[in-house]
Amino acid sequence: MTEIEFLSWVRGPGFQIASIVLVAGIIIRIAEILLLGRAANLAEPKGSEMGNGIRTIFTRSIPDAGTFRKSSFTLVAGYIFHIGLFVTIFLFAPHILMFKDVVGFGWSSVPTPIVDAVTVVSIIALLAVLVHRLTNKVLRFLNNFEDLLVWFVTIAPLVTGYIAFHRIGYTAPALIGIHILSVEFLMVVFPFTKLMHAFTIFIARWYNGAISGFRGVES
Amino acid sequence: MKDRPGAKDMTLGAALRARGVSRRSFLKFCAATTSMMALSPAMIPRVAQALEQARRPSVIWLSFQECTGCTESLTRSYAPTVESLIFDAISLDYHHTLQAASGHAAEAARVAAMEENKGKYLLIVDGSIPLDNPGYSTIAGISNLDMLQTTAAGAAAVIAIGTCASYGGIPHANPNPTGAVSVSDIIKDKPIINVPGCPPIPVVITGVLTHFLTFGSIPELDDLGRPLAFFGKSIHDRCYRRPFYDKGLFAETFDDEGAKKGWCLYKLGCKGPTTYNACATTKWNNGTSFPIESGHPCLGCSEPDFWDGGGFYRSISMPTSDISRTVVYTAAAAAAVGAAAGAASRYKKKASKTAHTKVGVDDLEK
Repeated sequence: MTEIEFLSWVRGPGFQIASIVLVAGIIIRIAEILLLGRAANLAEPKGSEMGNGIRTIFTRSIPDAGTFRKSSFTLVAGYIFHIGLFVTIFLFAPHILMFKDVVGFGWSSVPTPIVDAVTVVSIIALLAVLVHRLTNKVLRFLNNFEDLLVWFVTIAPLVTGYIAFHRIGYTAPALIGIHILSVEFLMVVFPFTKLMHAFTIFIARWYNGAISGFRGVES
Repeated sequence: MKDRPGAKDMTLGAALRARGVSRRSFLKFCAATTSMMALSPAMIPRVAQALEQARRPSVIWLSFQECTGCTESLTRSYAPTVESLIFDAISLDYHHTLQAASGHAAEAARVAAMEENKGKYLLIVDGSIPLDNPGYSTIAGISNLDMLQTTAAGAAAVIAIGTCASYGGIPHANPNPTGAVSVSDIIKDKPIINVPGCPPIPVVITGVLTHFLTFGSIPELDDLGRPLAFFGKSIHDRCYRRPFYDKGLFAETFDDEGAKKGWCLYKLGCKGPTTYNACATTKWNNGTSFPIESGHPCLGCSEPDFWDGGGFYRSISMPTSDISRTVVYTAAAAAAVGAAAGAASRYKKKASKTAHTKVGVDDLEK
């Protein structure tokens, strides 16, 4: 297989397979959660489930003072790489072209040097998160294979994308192909790991808010 | 191509002098070629000396499944320059388009050149070779495959000119109706230099020939068999529009403000980032310009399968298959599976609720 054949495969059949697994996995898992059903609560509601649930989806994005004091590193590094992932995935011009091709519409990109800088910062944040995870006296006992896999599939596209953009060390078709392949690996792993939190976080926050709303207490 | 008496024994220097090429322009050509081949300037005298004393090698040019674009490129673009004289100064003993002889005489010239220069002649091939049926492409009743194998057997080296001969090219494009393959798919026991491009840059062809005449060996090649001196850098890396790519300034259409300002053509499908060729440096039409300079994205013509890369106007970051349709179908199927699974679990829940019987104290005493 030549480099160009490899690039053609990851842009064609490879991307198709990854898209099928990603979309089918996400939809089936969300359907599984939503159709599970909840036992009817026979108590008299003391407030709105829906309103409080929706409000909690947003309010949980801001950590309360106590949580921030206890886990300041996790929160700061977490926010950095999450915003970084958003910028690099959704605001880089070549990526927007790909999204436009799939969903039918595009949006404005940010200047490439900004994406470049954000990529480096995100990589550093993810490395710091790993070091913290491996050295923290509590976290290191909680680590399992999935945690490391999820970390790897998240940082891999950032690193391979940075290398492909700067064309470091090898020829371009191979570097771009490896970058796309790393993204496909992320897409395939996504629905079956804790990466699903990108979707389930909203369901979980809503549910937390709804429980409190039903009881008429602050969430 | 009929030679003058004794012309075959003439050195290249003598041949050029006989054609009125001055020493100055000859050295200028040597300097340009040396720098193009990425050799040290100290090599210029050696290149000049080697070329001066080189005997005109016999060259057999075979054309298979091709469009003659490669020959057109070579003969038209550089006709009045010293490069073409260098080309004149090899002994081109067989070439369909350029030779005067036809029919049996033409084939006889090929056989004679092969016998006379056995083991020493250069074989140049343009066009791909059909393997599905030998009758798809024949010359004088000889299939392309037979002619290539017979002629390559006595060659010192083979130069595959153009993307068709190098990688199968357009005839090889999906669904490849003739079963077209490249020269290197068939010939395994000879040094092969691929000079891809649709067509290749003329000066690259002459540069490769010069290298062969100077050093008597083939130049350093990349993993696709291309001379690194010309194919070592991508179009993107040498593109004068690269600063716009780095800044994220792109032409969105062929006539928008960005296009008029000469911004990067990535979004219009430019394959420059994945294409290795010398267009951005040597340029075309005697150094006038190259496609990107004329406002058109690079097609990636010097890469294998360039015809099947998902479309000339689709950028590299776009998938080559219809992902929208895949996503819609997958989503519909997954929603159906999810709903069915949900309904099944609800039914199970209901059934178990119905089947549930309460256990009382009396039951325990049974």
